[in-house]
Amino acid sequence: MNAPLSWLKDFVEIDVTPEELEKKLFDCGFEVEQVIAYGDKIDKVVTCKIKEITQHPNAERLRICQVDAGKYGSLQIITNATNVKVGDIVPVAVDGATLATGDRIYNGKLRGEDSFGMFCGGEEIGIDDNFYEGASGDSVLIFHDDFPLGEEVRDLLGLKDYVFDISVLANRPDCQSVAGIAREIACALDKPYKEPDLSFTASEEGDDEISVTVEEPELCPRYIAHLVKDVKTDRSPAWLTRRLALCGINSINKIVDITNYVLLEMGQPMHAFDKNDLEKKSIIVRRAKEGEKIVTLDEKELTLNGENLLICDGAKPVALAGIMGGLNSEIKQTTKDVLFECAKFKRDNIRRSSRKLGKSSDSSKRYEKGVDEYTTERAIKRALHLIEQLDAGKVTKTHIDVSAHKQQENKSVSTTFSAINGVLGIEVPEETVVGILKKLNFEVKVEGEKITTVAPPYREDVEGYADLAEEVIRVYGYEHIVPTLLKDATITAGGYDKSQKDELKVKRTLAGLGYNEAMTYSFYSKKYVEALCLPDGAEEKNTIIIENPISDNYEVMRRTLVPSLLAVASLNMKRGAEEGRFFEIARTYIPTDSFPTEEKKLCLIAFGKNDDFFTVKGVVETLAEAFGIKFDASERAEKSYLHPGVSAKILSDGEEIGFFGKVAYETAAAFDIEKDVYVCEINYTALEKKFDVQFKFKPISQYNDVIRDLAIVCDKATTCGEIEQAIISAAKGEVKKAELFDVYEGAQVGDGKKSMAYTLTFSSDEKQLTAEDVDKTVKKILGALKFKYNAELR
Amino acid sequence: MENKIADIKERLKKELAEIKTSRLLYELKVKYVIGKTGEIPSLMKELGKASKEDRPKLGQIINGLKDWANQTIAEREAYIAEMEKKARYEAETIDITRPSKRTKTGTLHPVTIVKNQLVDIFAGMGFSVVETREIEDDFHNFTALNTPEEHPARDKQDTFYINDDLMLRTHTSPGQIHSLKTLKPPFKVLVPGRVYRSDDDATHSPMFHQMEGLAIDEKITMCDLQGMLDVLVKKMFSSSAKTRFRPSFFPFTEPSVEVDVSCFECGGKGCKLCKGTGWIEILGGGIVNRKVLENCGVDPEKYTGFAFGLGLDRIAMLKNGINNIHVLYEDDARALGQFKD
Repeated sequence: MNAPLSWLKDFVEIDVTPEELEKKLFDCGFEVEQVIAYGDKIDKVVTCKIKEITQHPNAERLRICQVDAGKYGSLQIITNATNVKVGDIVPVAVDGATLATGDRIYNGKLRGEDSFGMFCGGEEIGIDDNFYEGASGDSVLIFHDDFPLGEEVRDLLGLKDYVFDISVLANRPDCQSVAGIAREIACALDKPYKEPDLSFTASEEGDDEISVTVEEPELCPRYIAHLVKDVKTDRSPAWLTRRLALCGINSINKIVDITNYVLLEMGQPMHAFDKNDLEKKSIIVRRAKEGEKIVTLDEKELTLNGENLLICDGAKPVALAGIMGGLNSEIKQTTKDVLFECAKFKRDNIRRSSRKLGKSSDSSKRYEKGVDEYTTERAIKRALHLIEQLDAGKVTKTHIDVSAHKQQENKSVSTTFSAINGVLGIEVPEETVVGILKKLNFEVKVEGEKITTVAPPYREDVEGYADLAEEVIRVYGYEHIVPTLLKDATITAGGYDKSQKDELKVKRTLAGLGYNEAMTYSFYSKKYVEALCLPDGAEEKNTIIIENPISDNYEVMRRTLVPSLLAVASLNMKRGAEEGRFFEIARTYIPTDSFPTEEKKLCLIAFGKNDDFFTVKGVVETLAEAFGIKFDASERAEKSYLHPGVSAKILSDGEEIGFFGKVAYETAAAFDIEKDVYVCEINYTALEKKFDVQFKFKPISQYNDVIRDLAIVCDKATTCGEIEQAIISAAKGEVKKAELFDVYEGAQVGDGKKSMAYTLTFSSDEKQLTAEDVDKTVKKILGALKFKYNAELR
Repeated sequence: MENKIADIKERLKKELAEIKTSRLLYELKVKYVIGKTGEIPSLMKELGKASKEDRPKLGQIINGLKDWANQTIAEREAYIAEMEKKARYEAETIDITRPSKRTKTGTLHPVTIVKNQLVDIFAGMGFSVVETREIEDDFHNFTALNTPEEHPARDKQDTFYINDDLMLRTHTSPGQIHSLKTLKPPFKVLVPGRVYRSDDDATHSPMFHQMEGLAIDEKITMCDLQGMLDVLVKKMFSSSAKTRFRPSFFPFTEPSVEVDVSCFECGGKGCKLCKGTGWIEILGGGIVNRKVLENCGVDPEKYTGFAFGLGLDRIAMLKNGINNIHVLYEDDARALGQFKD
C-alpha cells in the first residue's frame, strides 16, 4: 500500500522527517517496506524566461538564448531545442545543478560560445504528463503557469515527495488507504486528524426510473448508486494525476480518475457506469449463471459460474462485481451521464472469484482484505465532492442505497484495567490507557476499575480486552515490556520423551555408521510410484493425492521413502559422487475412510565400492544390537522394486517390519541410476514399539572359550544360515557362535556342492572345556548336519 | 699356556669387534666360553695336565680370562642389542602423513540439529515435546485457531488440500489445539514438525519445518513470552543477543507480535545479513486468543498462555549462512557433510 507524504499531509500535520515517520509507523505495527524519494536530488533547476534567441555562429543546430533567471540574473544558454520561443518560461539547470538522474550541470562552452546552464525537459526533472502537462517527450518543458523567475522548479511543482510503501496487517483493512494511514499517524504523532471533505450539493434533478436490486444480499451487503449528469471526461488537474502517478496509477479521464483517487484515499473501490449503456436503467446484483460470459475492461472474455457475482443491467452483465467493470458500459469520451457504484462485497467471494478467474485488480485486492460500510457511505460522498471540485459533472438527487441490514453497531468492549494489564504483564497507568484509546478514536467510559469502550466504526476487529491491550501496547511501546521468566507459573518437566530420545539414538547410530540424514519432500510424482513396478492391486498403489499440487512432481503423498532416497542417490551420482550413504526417518501416509494413518518409516540407501548387500545387513544388525533386539533376515523379500535374489525381509518376533537389498535394475533405471544401489526400509512405527527391552547384566563365564574351525561340504542350495542354525541347535548351548569365514565351490568339492568353513566358539559356564569335550560336541554336530543336510566334514 | 691365553684374548677381541648380530655373537660365545669344546673350557681341561703347584695360579689366570671374556662379550651384547633395537624401529618407521583408515561418519540434518538445540534450551524451562499429525482437518488447522472462513490464509493458493475437509497442515499451530484438548493445564509444550504451503522459490519450499511453543498456566503475560525468548536467543545465537517485539497479527494470538533478534553477525550495527536494520526476524507469537482456549474447552477466565511459532529451516539457514532453502532438501552429501551435531 503506497502513501505519498504530500497526500498524508492533507489529513494530518507531519512535522517529523521521513525517517522518523517510518520509525513511528514501524513501532505501532505498520512496517514500511521502502520509502521512495521523488525529486530529492533535483537542485538548482530554476525557472527562467527567454528574452532573446539568436543563431549560434558556429553550429547550425544550436541557438543562443538570453534568459532572465530571477536572482540568478541574465544568463546565456546554448540549446539545440527547437520548441522554445521568446517569452517562454522554461526550467534551466544553472551552474552546479543536479538533475533527477543525478547528473550535474556546470558552466561550459559549446562550439566557442559560453553557456551558463541547460534547459530541461520532463525527463531531466523526473516527471511526465501525469505530473505536468507537456512534460512527456524529449523537448524542453514549457510551463503554462506564470511562475516567478529564478525559483526552484522542484518547489514550484511540488516534486519533492516521499512515497511510503507500507505493509498493512490482515486485521487492519481500514488502513488500506492514505486516509487510514493518516489516522494512525495522527495517533502516533499526537496530532489532530482532519477528515476528507465530503461536502457536495446535489442540486440537479435525477432520474427516478433508475433501480437497484440486490439478489444476493449475503455477497453484497451494501450497494450505493448515485447519478451524475453531464459529465466531463477531459483531463484531470495535475495535482490529481500526480498523486495517482505516485501510487502507480495512470490518469484516464476525470471520471475514472475520481474512482481511482477515492480508492487510494479512502480504501473504497468504486465503479462508474455509462448510464446510457444500462438497459432498462436498472442494476441487478446476482450470481452468474453457469457458463455465462463477460468481456472485462481489459478486453478479455471470461467464462463464469455460480460462484461469481455479477453486476447486471436489465439485460446483461455489466461488471464482474468488485473485480473489474465490463467493456460494454465503460466511460467513453461520449459518456453523458454516469452512475457511480460504491458497494461492499463479501471478501472471500471476491478472493475466490479473483483467484479462480486469474483476474486481480486494485479493487479486488481491497475487497479481499475487507471494506467497512462506514467507509462505503463516506467514499461516495467524497467522489461526489470531487466531481464538483473538478467541475466534472452535475451531481443529481438520485441516490439509491440498498442495505442488507440495519445500521451496523460499533464494537463495544467492557472490561477492567487489570484485565488489560494482566495480558501485558506490566502496569500501564490508567490515564495512559484511556489517552491512547481516545487518540485511536475509541469512545471511553471509566467507572472505577471498569472501562467500557466503543470502537470507531471502521474498526471491526476489536472484540475483547486482549484487542484493547494490543492497541494500548502498540502505541505505548513494546519496549515497556519487562522480560520475566514465568514467575507465577507451575514447574513442569521438559525435554524429549523416551520414544523421541530413541529416534535420536537411531539417527545418531546411523550417522556413526556413515549415513547422512536426508530430508526429502513428503510428496512426489506419480512417476515415482510407477518406478516401483508394483503389481496390480498392490496396497502401496493406494495413495493420497493432493487436490491442488504445486506441480505434477509433488502430488502423491508417499507411502514409501524408497523413491525419495533413490532420487537423492541419483542426484549425488549425477554430481559426481562415487559413493553415498543416506537415511531418512519420516512419515508415510496411508488412506483410510477418515483421517489417514501416518506411519513413520526409516529408509536408508547406499552405493559405492564399499557397500553391498552385507554391509547394509550389517547396518540393520547394528541397529538391532543398539536396542538389544534381534532381527531375522533369513527369508527372501518379495518386492517388485528389489533384486529377487539379493534382498531379504526383516522379521522381528515373527512380524515383518521391513526389507533390505539391492534395488531392481528397472527401478534404478527410472532414476537414471546405473550403479548398484542398496536400500533398506523399516516400518519405524512398528520398530520403535520393540525398543522397550530391559537390559539385565549376565555374569560372564569364569572359563575360557575354546575355538575350533570346521569346514563342511554340503549341497549348493543349503544356506549358510541353515548350517549355522543346525550347528547351534545340535550343540545344545555349548556353541555360542558359529561364524562363516570361507565359502568354496569348485573341483575339489565336486559338482553341485560347496564347502563352508565356520569358526565355532565353544563355551561353558560350568567348567573349563577340554579338547575331549569339544570333540564330543563336534561329533554330535557332524551327526546332525549329516542327518539334516547330508553334509560332511571336508 | 700364557701365550695361549694371550692368543685367545687377542683373537676374541678381534672377532668380537667384527660381530654385528646377536646370532653371530652367540656363536662366538659358544666358540670361546660356553661350548663344551670351547676354547676356554678346553683350557680348563688342560689345567688337569698341569702340575699341582702351577694349578692354582693357572686356574686363577684361566678364570680371569673367563671373567674377562664374559664381560667383554656382555658389553658387546648390550651394544648389539641397542643397535638391533634401533635398527628395528628405524626399519618399521612409517610415513605418518598417509591417509587414515576409517569409516567416514555421517551427519544429522541441519534441521534436526537445530530442533535438538532448541528442544534442549526449552527442556530446561519445562517444555515437553509432542508430535501431532500432518494431515489435518479444517477445524484443527483453521477454525479452532480462530481463523474465520473469510481469512486470506484459507485461500487454496496457500494450502494443499486432500479433500474438502482435509489438508496438509499449513503450520504447527494445530498442535496447540491437540495439546489444549488432551493435556491438563498447566503445561508447556513444543510441537516440531513438517508443514506445507504452496510456495516455491529461493526462500520458500512447499515443505518446511516449524516448531510451535505453547505455555498454558494461570498468570502468563507478554513479559513471560519475552523473558523466555530472551533465553532462547542468548543460547541459540549469542550471549549478547536481545529480542525486540513489534506489533503483528495472527488470528490465534492477541496481542500478536513479530519477534526480532539483534543481528548476531554485526551485533546490531547493520550489515548484509540484517539488511542494515540491525535486527533479524525469527518468529511470531503472542498471548493465546481466548477464543482458542474456548474452542478447546479451557476456561479463559482461569488460564492464559503464550504461543509462538518459529521456522526451523529459517533458523538453520541463519545459523549456517545458507541463502537458498533448497540446499536443505536436495540432500547433496557435500552440503550435508558440513553440518555438525
